[in-house]
Amino acid sequence: MGKIKDVDLVEIDDGVKMIPGANAVLGPLNKIVNWGRAGSIWPMTFGLACCAIEMMDAGASTNDLDRFGIIFRASPRQADCMIVAGTLTKKMAPVLRRVYDQMPEPRYVLAMGSCACSGGVFDTYSVTQGVDTIVPVDVYIPGCPPRPEALIEGLLKLQKKIMGEEFRWSQWR
Amino acid sequence: MTRPISKTINVPVADGDGDRYTLRMGPQHPATHGVLRVDLELDGETILKCTPHVGYLHRGFEKLAEHRTYAQSLILTDRLDYIAAMSNNVGYCVAVEKLLGVSCPMRAKYIRTIVGEMSRLCSHLLWLATHALDIGAMTVFLYCFREREILLDLFEKLCGARLTFSYTRIGGVRQDVTADFMSELQRFVDIFPSKVSDYETLIDTNRIWLKRTVGIGVLSADEALSLGLTGACLRGSGVDYDIRKHRPYDAYDQVDFEVPIGADGDIYARYRCRMEEMLQSNKILQQCIDQLPPGPIFNDDAPDLVMPMQGERKIEADTTTYGSGLIKFIDEHGSHPVGDVYVSTEVPKGELGFYFISDGSGHPYRMHIRSPSFIHIGAIPYLAEGGFIADLIANIGTLDVVLGECDR
Repeated sequence: MGKIKDVDLVEIDDGVKMIPGANAVLGPLNKIVNWGRAGSIWPMTFGLACCAIEMMDAGASTNDLDRFGIIFRASPRQADCMIVAGTLTKKMAPVLRRVYDQMPEPRYVLAMGSCACSGGVFDTYSVTQGVDTIVPVDVYIPGCPPRPEALIEGLLKLQKKIMGEEFRWSQWR
Repeated sequence: MTRPISKTINVPVADGDGDRYTLRMGPQHPATHGVLRVDLELDGETILKCTPHVGYLHRGFEKLAEHRTYAQSLILTDRLDYIAAMSNNVGYCVAVEKLLGVSCPMRAKYIRTIVGEMSRLCSHLLWLATHALDIGAMTVFLYCFREREILLDLFEKLCGARLTFSYTRIGGVRQDVTADFMSELQRFVDIFPSKVSDYETLIDTNRIWLKRTVGIGVLSADEALSLGLTGACLRGSGVDYDIRKHRPYDAYDQVDFEVPIGADGDIYARYRCRMEEMLQSNKILQQCIDQLPPGPIFNDDAPDLVMPMQGERKIEADTTTYGSGLIKFIDEHGSHPVGDVYVSTEVPKGELGFYFISDGSGHPYRMHIRSPSFIHIGAIPYLAEGGFIADLIANIGTLDVVLGECDR
């Protein structure tokens, strides 16, 4: 790509070019679709315990998650990723799996907090030792509970992961 | 017991034409405040039968505590009612102090009162935020979280954590308050009443709010007592019961405050009770700031319970086990009493009680937690049956349940 009818293309990102004056960009489809997907992650709120309060805090006035295009959805059918915030008990595990199965592809899981990552302090008869025993996890956020800033960092890591994917979105069809 | 029926709306009577159906609400539902599952039998919009199911967040606190020393179990209490973790810390320490016969110095008592009331404000702000959000007022949610963040920053300044503090110790508190903390707390106490009036401007006379709350979920004083409700749920029905007033612990006998009492026993009365309680908490905070006495913040007669760097604990080079390179802490206070004790404190949700059976081993033989949320969930069928399904959300919200505390 150099010129289209004597117009100088401006490179705005690695491999993505803009036609000056026209409201159009040229680039690999992967890159453009991933840019759109990463900029509008809609998480499913799977608030289970203490971490859910920090997750709400991340979405509230001080740490406004809407800035990143992240809007909480209460329905798995409309969600791109699931933030598992809190302790997953063995009684709750089938529900988590069902909600995960109801989410459309491509889907991602964030394990928020020590309990979701590894069971945390609750090494007991009723607690699953990490949600990765039930569903695949993309991002682990440690902490008990993690600060809202840590959750934002985890979501930014997920954005980075989405940006690096190739044709993952095509499975949706 | 009579079932409360909405005063303002004519509840349609089940017509019995056979189109009943069962709806399972939860455990994954944004308005159940966690992982509560409610099985509903419906006729149209009317709830015929309502069965709450708990246990989706059962983490085994009581079993875990049996294998830990009293000081080690403190961190578990943070995760009980995670919205007001400091209140649980205080309640646990007051109970263990009574069991072990340890006293707490006056300054530490005042600091505990301060953090207890701060966490009451935290809890009530979060309750108001989510309750209003469930009913449909989004702005209140954002306003409440704004003020809650100031309190969380103060907690962070005090003990380094935002939500799970483990700040109090058996026989005192972990760290002394700083002048910086006190001046910032004073600034918060000065502005907070105006913020409460902001919330009241938004919803106090809001027509939608009134329609959704006045005359809904009515409980008479007798019903509330027989259901075992405590806290604002009981006081909203007109029963004057507050442990801070009637069995004072910490510094509550040193401060002057009123217990707000409602009359109607509906959701609006309980809402007004909690709003008044926030102002009273603010008043207690102001008095504690003014009266905070100097002195030690932990007691020396519990040397094996406080953290090593805080106590007057003897430190010796350990020559027996690991060689002379390591030090060990000498516990002189080895014996634990045998017996049982029940101590309850007033947490934002109601009456939180700790029951210990001690066999003298240093671990509790049994620790039972009387959590208000578990008992409040038992009131959901009495509030919801006969009403609309939309009012169920308001009824769960007004009971102010936290499932971490309920399922334990």
